[in-house]
Amino acid sequence: MTREGWIRLAVVAALVALLEALCRGGVIPRTVLLAPSDMAVSLWQILREGQHNTDIVSTFRNVALSSALSVTLGFALGVVIHALPRLRATIEPLLASYYAVPTFMFYPVFIVVFGVNAAAIIAIAVLLSIVAMVTSTLTGLDRIPAVLRKTARVYRMSFAKRALLIDLPAAAPHLFTGAKLAFAYAFIGVIASEFILSGQGVGYAIAYAYNNFDNRTMYGLMLLVILAAVTANTALDVIDRRLQTRLRR
Amino acid sequence: MRAPAEIHARLTGVTRVYDLPGGAKLHAMGPLDLALARGEFFAVVGPSGCGKSTLLDVLAGLAPPSAGEATFEGKPVDGVPDGIGVVFQEDASFSWLNVRDNVAFGLRRAGTDAAEVTRRVDYALGFMGLNDFAGAYPAQLSGGMRQRVCIARTLVLQPRLILLDEPFGALDQQTRLLMGDELLRLWRETGATVLLITHALDEAAMLSDRVGVMSARPGVFIDVVETGWPRQRDSRIVSDPRFGGITARLWDKLRVESLKIMGGAKP
Repeated sequence: MTREGWIRLAVVAALVALLEALCRGGVIPRTVLLAPSDMAVSLWQILREGQHNTDIVSTFRNVALSSALSVTLGFALGVVIHALPRLRATIEPLLASYYAVPTFMFYPVFIVVFGVNAAAIIAIAVLLSIVAMVTSTLTGLDRIPAVLRKTARVYRMSFAKRALLIDLPAAAPHLFTGAKLAFAYAFIGVIASEFILSGQGVGYAIAYAYNNFDNRTMYGLMLLVILAAVTANTALDVIDRRLQTRLRR
Repeated sequence: MRAPAEIHARLTGVTRVYDLPGGAKLHAMGPLDLALARGEFFAVVGPSGCGKSTLLDVLAGLAPPSAGEATFEGKPVDGVPDGIGVVFQEDASFSWLNVRDNVAFGLRRAGTDAAEVTRRVDYALGFMGLNDFAGAYPAQLSGGMRQRVCIARTLVLQPRLILLDEPFGALDQQTRLLMGDELLRLWRETGATVLLITHALDEAAMLSDRVGVMSARPGVFIDVVETGWPRQRDSRIVSDPRFGGITARLWDKLRVESLKIMGGAKP
């Protein structure tokens, strides 16, 4: 790990220790916040006893499906938009301001269309995350050096071969960044949607525990969400950095 | 211009006109004639924007001429012909492949059998001094090393005509001189015909059998200088008393053309 990484870890550990001390010393009441160690114990019990296994599996399945759909559809859309300059000129300003629109407000529409089920959650998560992949695809394709395309012509490569052997690997760092962002947005989209339009999932279970004053379960599940998001994002970030280092021009 | 005995590649009345937005046209180059003898080293110098790279693109089959004809080994150039290798000024190494895979890329695409790929790649890596970097990625190499990778990638395909578009343009002077030596060695060992586009007069004078000087746009050849160097030569030739005379003659011609570009100042 780098020196910066150790410092980052030390800062997080210090904050957790401070929180633990404030909770244990009674400065923060237990009705407001559990001590981090209690959260960890609660999470361990949740996982050991398995009472929320269905919720956990449902959430992770929805995140995986939403991410896969966003990356696939976002990449395909990006390629099409990149190939059609007039369409791009029309759409690009809309893409730039896309995240100014609170997409969650469309949840009643998705309930009407899909019903209260996983499809509505996945639709919202995809809506939230797909544009990150579209814009990253456009950036990646824009940044392919012209000389590589010339080189492909020297090798007399067909369009398909060039796309596969030159364009795709050359754009890979940007595509991976898009996939990483799409995953993060999909995670947020799924958890947030489960709060408002689901009968299962980790988001739903947190809301249910909150409504029933079950702080131990609520904080245990919140810790699970944080750990899952941080672990996945850190892993993706490591791959992303390696790609950027190896492929930077 | 001297007509070489055995013509390897030829441009006859080649003109290149670009269509600009709004219906305007840009006459970039020509009409221009050039005959490259088999195995000769020909350099092209000229002021910026005179169409040097366009000339290379037409000969490589990367751009069709607006008028005239390009031929390679007696056949009209239509698309990139087999037997032509091109090295560009920009870094064209594949950053996602290590040096060995970069160099092997063209051979594998051509379906060359694995043993032959290994043999030729090993030779090219050794020839270009890249043996110790076979497993490295381009991002881990200097600009000069990356350009060597690109030259090695071209070399393994054993092209009969090598087209170089300012391949050392981004390198410092010492590296350029040393790369020039390697290029001369490559030229001697392969027997290929070489066309070098460069803006560096000393590079053109040191490396070439003949140097063509192009006019300001639309570029045509206004002079072709025979250097008279022996085939066995290297960068130490810059200390030859005749070297200064050659570069001076090139500069005399080029200065006038460069001034035209800089607002028509009188020579």
